[in-house]
Amino acid sequence: MGLHVDIRKKLRSYNLNVSFETNGEYLAFLGASGSGKSMTLKCIAGVETPDEGRIVLNGKVLFDSQLKINLKPQERNIGYFFQNYALFPHMTVEENIGIGLACSKLEKSERVQKILKNFHLEGQGKKYPNQLSGGEQQRIALARCMIYQPDVLMLDEPFSALDMHLKEKLQNEVLEILKDYNGEVLMVTHSRDEAYKFCKNLVILNKCKSVLFGNTKDIFHKPKLLIAARLTGCKNISKYELLERNRIRAVDWGLELEVGNAVPIDTTHIGIRAHNFILDDDKKKMNSFRFKIIKIYEDMFEYNVHLVKDGDEKYSEIIFKVKKKEWDLRPEGNYIYLKIPEEEILYIS
Amino acid sequence: MDLSPIIISIKTAAVAIVLTFMLGLFVARLVVNMKSEKAKMVVDGFMTLPLVLPPTVVGFLLLMTFGVNRPFGRFLLEVLGVRIVFSWTATVIAAVVISFPLMYRSARGAFEQVDKQLIMAGRTLGMSEGKIFWKITMPLALPGVLAGGVLSFARGLGEFGATAMIAGNIANKTRTLPLAIYSEVAAGNMDIALYYVIIILVISFLVVVLMNYFSLKDRKYLR
Repeated sequence: MGLHVDIRKKLRSYNLNVSFETNGEYLAFLGASGSGKSMTLKCIAGVETPDEGRIVLNGKVLFDSQLKINLKPQERNIGYFFQNYALFPHMTVEENIGIGLACSKLEKSERVQKILKNFHLEGQGKKYPNQLSGGEQQRIALARCMIYQPDVLMLDEPFSALDMHLKEKLQNEVLEILKDYNGEVLMVTHSRDEAYKFCKNLVILNKCKSVLFGNTKDIFHKPKLLIAARLTGCKNISKYELLERNRIRAVDWGLELEVGNAVPIDTTHIGIRAHNFILDDDKKKMNSFRFKIIKIYEDMFEYNVHLVKDGDEKYSEIIFKVKKKEWDLRPEGNYIYLKIPEEEILYIS
Repeated sequence: MDLSPIIISIKTAAVAIVLTFMLGLFVARLVVNMKSEKAKMVVDGFMTLPLVLPPTVVGFLLLMTFGVNRPFGRFLLEVLGVRIVFSWTATVIAAVVISFPLMYRSARGAFEQVDKQLIMAGRTLGMSEGKIFWKITMPLALPGVLAGGVLSFARGLGEFGATAMIAGNIANKTRTLPLAIYSEVAAGNMDIALYYVIIILVISFLVVVLMNYFSLKDRKYLR
């Protein structure tokens, strides 16, 4: 059971090459724009055709280039939630939701009314999509997918068309609505927060290739690959050199670090997330360094501090994110001491 | 004054627009769904040709096809007993062929402007291709399609060159308004010609207004 995908397709910019497997767990596709995330979903839905490979859903072969099987999208029973919702503008909400149902008028009307109620859309059935708010449109699009009880629900950037302040509210609403859904959920996103929040498993796409597949939390905590580190939001990445058994050098930052454990043999870079530095008072402790403050950018709750080791300009800047309260307690001056905790160092290959 | 050109013209334009409308939609859908870009270009070229050729050339080609000494014309005459050339049917054929590209191109443009994602959405929702066409593509393309229809009607009404070539200029039979105007002027009857001209002017103006109405009409779901 589950969804098994292994496909290749020639595209204008890159060649799509994606493989992964899911089994009832929410799966996120994380990648930059144009990394083939949406194309992958479209191939699974059947609205685009891969050149070769195989797609199997719950034991049913949807696509197999060798056996020359290619089911029509209509036969795949896959719900596809489009980025801009793709609601039919000339149909009312009720018509939009019920358009593909093959049953009697009475039954259709009952089912549509029921799902409208479940999705908190009572009384909106006779309106047209453009008379509704962004959040309501999103729920209609979701209701339209869910009424068919699809085996797989695919969400293509479900929250990207929403205002910031609506986003969080709707993310929780959608999670709530999907709680009772038993099928597979695939979600395309370029937001690491969404991936982390929604999905237990994660596929990372780079230049149309699936380069990493695994548990979301594991990948966020230990990204392993450079692209994964970047996509999971690691701001500080430096080339790496092994000096001695327990000493490594972060070449770009000009720092020498002491590490207790053995470093993985294929390491090429190390990374440290911007939140993971610790403000320190002097440099006597292990892995504490003196930095010059270059710039400070202010967010609502925290500062983004750009630093360079000892003010030496040949080294790259390090970004340090710190809570305002914490930062305001530091001693005055253009220099600060930061400690790099050994357990927060990411080894990247 | 002879009313027959008015009646013949309206009859011809009415029958022609029904044929052109259906044929144009059909071919436009066919071309839009074609996978190969090259084939699309070639087919589109053929379908658009009557728009850019001089109508006399189109008339000449029609004569070559339907003339009783030509294979197809002879087949129609001998097997089905139908003689196309210099009949009223010929005025319809000329009007259809000349006005077809306008209908086809308008419809094609209108179909292509429909958001592809909506079509994809229809497919993932289990709608058949036919249902998608009638429930999604057509309603959304309707303003463009209707505008094309009106334009083709006007073009069919004004057809002169190809009609003269294949249908001739037979009073009470194939003499449409444009041909009647030409004949009356040639005979020096400027008053009667003016009378026909005014009729054409009025109809054509109404048609253009109607077309604007269709393309600008506020639709309830856009409000």
